[in-house]
Amino acid sequence: MSIKGRVHKFGSDVDTDAIIPARYLNTIDPKELAAHCMEDADPQFPAKVKAGDIIVADKNFGCGSSREHAPIAIKGAGVSCVIAKSFARIFYRNAINIGLPILESDEAVDSIAAGDELEVDLASGRIYNLRSGEEFKAEPFPAFMQEIINNGGLINYLIDKG
Amino acid sequence: MGMTISQKILADHAGLEFVEPGQLINCKLDVVLGNDVTTPVAIPEFNKLGKKQVFDKERVVLVPDHFTPNKDIKSAEQNKTLREFARRYEIKNYFEVGRMGIEHCLLPEQGLVLPGYLIIGADSHTCTYGALGAFSTGVGSTDMAAGMATGEGWFKVPESIRFVFNGVLPQWVSGKDLILHLIGDIGVEGARYMSMEFSGEVIKQLSMDSRFTMANMAIEAGGKNGIFEPDQKTLDYVSDRAQKPFKIFTSDPDARYYETREYNVSNMEPVVAFPHSPENVRPVTQAADITVDQVVIGSCTNGRLEDLAVAASILKGKKVHSQLRVIILPGTQNIYLEALRNGYIETFVSAGAVVSTPTCGPCLGGHMGILAKGEKVIATTNRNFVGRMGHPESEVYLSNPAVAAASAITGRITPPEAVA
Repeated sequence: MSIKGRVHKFGSDVDTDAIIPARYLNTIDPKELAAHCMEDADPQFPAKVKAGDIIVADKNFGCGSSREHAPIAIKGAGVSCVIAKSFARIFYRNAINIGLPILESDEAVDSIAAGDELEVDLASGRIYNLRSGEEFKAEPFPAFMQEIINNGGLINYLIDKG
Repeated sequence: MGMTISQKILADHAGLEFVEPGQLINCKLDVVLGNDVTTPVAIPEFNKLGKKQVFDKERVVLVPDHFTPNKDIKSAEQNKTLREFARRYEIKNYFEVGRMGIEHCLLPEQGLVLPGYLIIGADSHTCTYGALGAFSTGVGSTDMAAGMATGEGWFKVPESIRFVFNGVLPQWVSGKDLILHLIGDIGVEGARYMSMEFSGEVIKQLSMDSRFTMANMAIEAGGKNGIFEPDQKTLDYVSDRAQKPFKIFTSDPDARYYETREYNVSNMEPVVAFPHSPENVRPVTQAADITVDQVVIGSCTNGRLEDLAVAASILKGKKVHSQLRVIILPGTQNIYLEALRNGYIETFVSAGAVVSTPTCGPCLGGHMGILAKGEKVIATTNRNFVGRMGHPESEVYLSNPAVAAASAITGRITPPEAVA
């Protein structure tokens, strides 16, 4: 699947309290959560994010709480993909489990700037920067995880397996 | 080649003789845990799987502790969803308000988590149970749903880092200081994806309550789990509580570690983690003179009897500073009762502190002590991220219970020996 979107850039150690503060965890509605997505990292984010946009962050994205509301809020806001140098472990699992595409690439993160437009091919992990013309290759997922991703998440994968 | 305790527990639950770091395995689970924030997200996912029952009514544990007693109408609706699910699927270990506690204080106390267990919980601080020699790790709601349905989960076998603590623990230095010091050393992603194994002569002397505190904050270094080899103290703790049989695992002498880090604690002093990261750790003497508006003593990190005992020893016969709100949260109803019997509650109330029913409330900025813009708190909790305990422009300083109690008297961050 190919994605095209504009970049919102964040730094290291973006925690899940910043992605979706606990004061909004009294709902599980993705639209309500999306209305406060990234609010404590960038209060303007919910207003300016557009469907298909891409989050690019440095190291350890999604650290802290296990709240699945974090990837749900990001997905609910229409973000098509998160690219980071690394993801905190629970966020990484949660994103794959709910079918939010994530990619890891040091080089891509170092070179991509806020506002850049990217073309991302999720199957191959190819990241193409339309502004600079640079191309990057994300770390491939193990085959087992790729299967969960191809099924659109863990629950569909388990249903498919019977 | 030998295996670490973490490898052994994972291998045992995967039905394998040997597992190595990086290997992807499918494991049987002993306990699947959820709370009132994460379970409502798991329930619709569980329903999609079309199962008529959970994998084991005794091994699914549900604890409404975050926004309870219900903090608002939306939370009340979520808690109702959780309660109805528990009734429908006849979950034996559902703990209602009045019988509940903060999950990570409650499960060990009730003997529901035991040495050698493999546990997942839809709460990041599920790593707490590693103090018992269990492999225990936080997951999200979808993993919890799959776990409830199948009793299984997939794992990538982690590398292990061994942390060896030597020397003699100075007065007022606790497990909280050891783990904060460690996080200050390796950073919030220093153990990302790895198993953190705690050992050394200091660890052998450490109480179970302090071990729970240390394992609890493994996630704050990015760890997958924190773990202690069971010893006599572990066995003494679990022997009267265990509801099921358990197994003791220890690391082989020739187990391979990604890294071994050694610390000498003899000259250590209590530490404080400054805003807005648990890795911003400095000695308490460098934090002196920071005035605070609120003190919070409690949470899954430091809401156990030992924590309340230390706080009470400092607050006994003293008064809370006139400009301060002090909120104390015993971790479970049993801890509350013990604290009552030991006179700690009277000490706290006489000093001018609030004593709350067990709840995660203020730790995650839920309720029971939210901060206004510009306010500062010293808390025995686990995270000091932006907005963690209230307004995005409030500040959280993390410490052990002795420092928090001393600060309650003076109104500024204070080393315990200054008031004790």
